[in-house]
Amino acid sequence: MSLSSRHLLGLQGVPREDIQLILDTAQTFKEVLQRPIPKVPTLRGKTVVNLFFEPSTRTRISFELAEKRLSADTVNFTASSSSVLKGETLRDTARNIEAMKVDIVVIRHSAAGAPHFLSRHVRANVINAGDGRHEHPTQALLDMMTLREKFGTLEGLRVAIVGDIANSRVARSNLYGLRTMGAEVALCGPRTLIPAEAELWGVPIFYDVDQAIAWADVLNVLRIQRERQARGYFPSLREYHMRWGITRKRLEKAGKPIVIMHPGPINRGIELDSDLADSEFSVILDQVTNGVAVRMAVLYLLSGETSVD
Amino acid sequence: MNEPQQAKRVLIKGGTLLDPKRRSAEQVDIVIENGRIATIGRIEEASFSGDVVDARGHVVCPGLLDLHVHLREPGQEDKETIATGCQAAMAGGFTAVCSMPNTDPPADNRSVIEFIRERAAGRLVTVYPIAAITKGRQGEEISEMADLVEAGAVAFSDDGSSVKNTAVLRRALEYSSMFDVPVIEHCEDPYLDEGGVMNEGFVATELGLPGMPRIAEEIIVQRDLSVLGYVGGRLHIAHVSTRGSVELIRRAKEKGLAVTAEVTPHHLALTDEEMRRFDSNFKMNPPLRTAEDVQALIEGLRDGTIDAIASDHAPHCVHEKDELELEYAPFGVIGLETTLGVVLRVLVQEHSFPLAEVLDKLSYQPARIIRKEETLTIREGAQANLTVFAPEERWRVDANRFFSKGRNTPFRDWELPGRVRAVFNNGLWWRREA
Repeated sequence: MSLSSRHLLGLQGVPREDIQLILDTAQTFKEVLQRPIPKVPTLRGKTVVNLFFEPSTRTRISFELAEKRLSADTVNFTASSSSVLKGETLRDTARNIEAMKVDIVVIRHSAAGAPHFLSRHVRANVINAGDGRHEHPTQALLDMMTLREKFGTLEGLRVAIVGDIANSRVARSNLYGLRTMGAEVALCGPRTLIPAEAELWGVPIFYDVDQAIAWADVLNVLRIQRERQARGYFPSLREYHMRWGITRKRLEKAGKPIVIMHPGPINRGIELDSDLADSEFSVILDQVTNGVAVRMAVLYLLSGETSVD
Repeated sequence: MNEPQQAKRVLIKGGTLLDPKRRSAEQVDIVIENGRIATIGRIEEASFSGDVVDARGHVVCPGLLDLHVHLREPGQEDKETIATGCQAAMAGGFTAVCSMPNTDPPADNRSVIEFIRERAAGRLVTVYPIAAITKGRQGEEISEMADLVEAGAVAFSDDGSSVKNTAVLRRALEYSSMFDVPVIEHCEDPYLDEGGVMNEGFVATELGLPGMPRIAEEIIVQRDLSVLGYVGGRLHIAHVSTRGSVELIRRAKEKGLAVTAEVTPHHLALTDEEMRRFDSNFKMNPPLRTAEDVQALIEGLRDGTIDAIASDHAPHCVHEKDELELEYAPFGVIGLETTLGVVLRVLVQEHSFPLAEVLDKLSYQPARIIRKEETLTIREGAQANLTVFAPEERWRVDANRFFSKGRNTPFRDWELPGRVRAVFNNGLWWRREA
């Protein structure tokens, strides 16, 4: 079994069988992670470079851990800004990667399409670890893995994504991946943070978070960037919390079981009440654990290796 | 490339003379002597001594004129120079181009206009400089318009941005009306488009790219038309890209306002779907819109709402355009060498426009806007300002073979009809080798 693409650039257009394969493989690796020595020689001799053009702690650590668990040689390249500011182009970066004979590139970049650009210029397999506002496929895969564990299937599950939809790569990847897997998705947030013509996605859009809660089995709560308020997308963090913040009171009023996800890092008390993040509603730490397993699966499946152990 | 030669004695043999002014097509021979049209009629090749252009099956038409070209000189000679821009124009069939004033320093005073004219002197391609509407293109104080017109400026534009302050635009239209030159507006509300990369709509939403809404263009078109209706003058709308803009201009023309408009080949040929490739060669301002807008632009050309086709030739270096992330790359694409082919393909082949009508939009119509129609006259005794092209000859766009320094074309690898074989102007002629 193998994936239909050499790269993982996004989940839009990725076939159901591929997602299924990644999730099944991730489940196998999750068992590996529970062994006394949680390490396999699968990627021994392979070189993986983690190119992080944007600050990220958890995604980078999660990838790095996944690579180490698979016995790959890893190199980290971290730049706080785009290469453009250094006078070097992304094409130059690609040339350097080619010269260093890297097998797999994991790239996080503030500009949408940077992984796609790279994939056209390097022989290595490219994994998108988040590109601008576009996609964050491994985040959505780990979200799906977590939900599949919790509910047994994604088919027919109702997931409401709440927050800054316009600027969220997590929202897009979840939307594309979940719908491919037969789940229903709804979007919820202030009108100013729902992107233009979002209705063409053909999913419910709620401006009222209580309606979204009433509709959903799962809330995937997005981090609200403080600079959005500064740029006038909503009047204040206080008002955001009042209208769209997920609180225990709101969930209890719904009177039904509901699961809370969050891609992290959480702004406690803004998009999510602090105690909820650590409550029985939350699967946030399962998401983190599954992140490593999902990334191991993606690395393994793209590497062309045929044996897990 | 081969250099243009003196047009001492040249026979254009057997071509079809297509003069949009006369809406007539006839197969004739043309003799050019010392840069002037000596004879239009039947000439036996055997009895002729001089160079012969075998134009059988070719179209001979007035030299094409491009209203909207960024020659980049002075200041950004790594992107393009007046010399390379003129070569690109020539290879694309243009014998005249209007140069946009967003150079460094900007063309907002006599000395820059004189510099451009000096650099362009003696070339086959005539450069008509456009001067800035405001000093430093800052949108605050109008430039020395009288002096600039006297120095050779044919129009005013702050292209790249709109004149933000409506009172300044008003003064510019009032003041320039004394000299009968147009104010060319790049219509864009800078606040609505701030941070934008592509057309706002579902494609941008799916790609997570910041959008530039159509209303950002239309609001300024509407504002400018209101000002024009109030104070008069002449207004030319650059690179119209939306259906709403076409409708606003159509209504203004019906009311008799002195407004003209242009459209680029890329806005006629491409839509925002191209952005799915994340290729910065499709990033321009105004951005590629939707199929519905393209349809409206074509209808606007057909009914005369849009007067002219202009390339908005905007060369950039490879390292600052193709090699960068889409979100960080600058706006702009080149077009001088592909415009004729693209409009022949889109308008003539796909939308059945008469060839003469398309050539009119590339010659007389833009010339009328800058009052240079007389330079296109085709008759015995007139200066030879002619383009000869093979309408059926197909060629593949190879960015590495452009005469322009720019490689930033959205038409890479397109197969286009219409190969320019020769051009004549300013006592010179050039023919494409092989």
